[in-house]
Amino acid sequence: MNPDQARELMRKVLRPIAPEADLNNVLANERIQEALDLDSVDFLEFVTGLSAATGLEMPERDYAQLSTVEGCIDYLTSPH
Amino acid sequence: MTGRVIVKSPTALATGVNMSDYEEECSRFTWQEARRALDGLPAGQGLNIAHEAVVRHARGDEPNRVALRCLDRHDNRTDVSYAQLDERSNQFANVLCTLGVEAGERVFVLMPRIDELFVAAIGTLKHRSVLCPLFAAFGPEPIRQRLEIGAGSVLVTTPTLYRHKVARIREHVPLLRHVLLSGDFEETELPEGTSDLGRLLNEASNQYDIAPTDPEDMALLHFTSGTTGKPKGAIHVHDAVVSHYVTGRIALDLHPDDVFWCTADPGWVTGTSYGIISPLVHGATAIVDEGDFDAKRWYETLEREGVSVWYTAPTALRMLMRAGPAMAKEHDLSRLRFVASVGEPLNPEVVLWGEEVLGLPIHDNWWQTETGGIMVANYACMDIRPGSMGRPLPGIEAAILVRDEHGKVLVDQDGKGVRAKSGTEGELALRPGWPSMFRGYLGQRARYESAFAGGWYLSGDLARQDEDGYFWFVGRGDDVIKSSGHLIGPFEVESALMEHEAVGEAGVIGIPDPLLGEVVKAFVTLNPGFEASEELRLQLIGFARTRLGAAVAPRDIAFDQHLPHTKSGKIMRRLLKARELGLAEGDTSTLEVEA
Repeated sequence: MNPDQARELMRKVLRPIAPEADLNNVLANERIQEALDLDSVDFLEFVTGLSAATGLEMPERDYAQLSTVEGCIDYLTSPH
Repeated sequence: MTGRVIVKSPTALATGVNMSDYEEECSRFTWQEARRALDGLPAGQGLNIAHEAVVRHARGDEPNRVALRCLDRHDNRTDVSYAQLDERSNQFANVLCTLGVEAGERVFVLMPRIDELFVAAIGTLKHRSVLCPLFAAFGPEPIRQRLEIGAGSVLVTTPTLYRHKVARIREHVPLLRHVLLSGDFEETELPEGTSDLGRLLNEASNQYDIAPTDPEDMALLHFTSGTTGKPKGAIHVHDAVVSHYVTGRIALDLHPDDVFWCTADPGWVTGTSYGIISPLVHGATAIVDEGDFDAKRWYETLEREGVSVWYTAPTALRMLMRAGPAMAKEHDLSRLRFVASVGEPLNPEVVLWGEEVLGLPIHDNWWQTETGGIMVANYACMDIRPGSMGRPLPGIEAAILVRDEHGKVLVDQDGKGVRAKSGTEGELALRPGWPSMFRGYLGQRARYESAFAGGWYLSGDLARQDEDGYFWFVGRGDDVIKSSGHLIGPFEVESALMEHEAVGEAGVIGIPDPLLGEVVKAFVTLNPGFEASEELRLQLIGFARTRLGAAVAPRDIAFDQHLPHTKSGKIMRRLLKARELGLAEGDTSTLEVEA
């Protein structure tokens, strides 16, 4: 997966959870949750959605890395 | 009511618990006696929460004891001593004086969990104006409604929250005279009509003496939701601190050397009563965590900070369970001594998980915004029946009252509420008169009065009591939704949805959810000219989230052109719920018959 695909996947997963949220308004190193006014459950659904879409297991210990756009893209584009 | 009982061993009690015998404490407890543990203002000038929570420690033997240990999102730690909190909150009280704010006016706080939230809270109480904390995850609409109903004069918030949520509603709350922004920013960046709180604090004197305070003076305003109408602002008075002290001592077993972590946000009543007031009144150290739930970080925090008493919520505990036992085992949680939970009934599996994974059972307790403090609890000294909320606090009389077929509590010919037989379901009620009982809903006398009948305060919760006196939660007696431990009024959500041009009518209910207790689901009828589609469904969810915020907005919306109505035209939420869950639809005698 390349960075563009990763970003597109994030957008797709986020859409049913928070249709009003626009990833373009989030800086690369900003925390997605605060920037888009998501609550803990939204964020949990977001990670679960990414995991389901990629088949990657995303254990709780990796959630910190997944909290920013930059971190998510790194995570999704690096080999697992 | 079968199932495992967690028996407390005598060795567990040998560590100096505050209450070692429940029955004995009940037999000798009086509120009058309990009040003596507090100092009162010097020279008999009354009772003020801020004095009991901060001043008496700061100006006592151990001014340098840590009051707050603040953790930011990157785990940087800032300690605030009782003396520092005293001085800084003096400055805040002086800022309010300088701004011409009078005692009794409402000071709203919409803040992340950082030290200035506490400075504003304690300073407001010192000044004898009324503290009204709001949840930062609220959207603009709930914020506007609460500011309006509470007639807020001052709002303390951050530049980000102001820009996202307040700026666009500012013109609709004309009584709001001052907006104070906390945080690091250049003065030139200040939005119009706001002031830099940091600068005002630095310019203010750090000396302040609390003026005489009547224990019955209004101190706190907490909003809660009902089935119909707007949110209600429950009024609490300075005397509530007696309950905050007693419940901290008995239900949370707080000692002055405890490191106490209440994970609730001060925007909800738990986060104020137990995130701010109770631990400080006991002279303990309170953990203040700016971050949101993160299983790994939470275990790290428990370990690193040596948390000894932990007060959290079922949703958080279920999310920790989900993260698996291995993560817990990687951390040394040996300093943890007592764990309690509130917000919604704790399922037995979680109580037992606590025993197995944390090495400690979890003590569920029950109370609500109106009660101001814990009312029914599982105690350190008392055996736990997993799934039960426990037994009434010493000094509290609780009962289960019989309801008639319309859901109204039965009152006998002497005007007294009729008690249900043990094991039978009814409405959980409390005998009025404890210090932290609400004294009214601001500006809504009739709603206040309708919360009492037959000599009891009616909680709106259905429960039963077993033959040994333990209480068991059954469900809400009305349509209010309990999600993630917070009450959500369906009317508030329906009103927001109906502001969308496509929506003709909306019915909102709670759907059981293993993680959140209940989730909010809306059924909407579309106006002519609009067609149901996935695109519109998502648009409506986004619309509701933008107005209400993630904490209140529906997580799911379904289209329904035939919402069930009563003959008088009200939507029957009970029936919607029964339909959705495939339950028997119950009494439908008032249902509109469709031709």
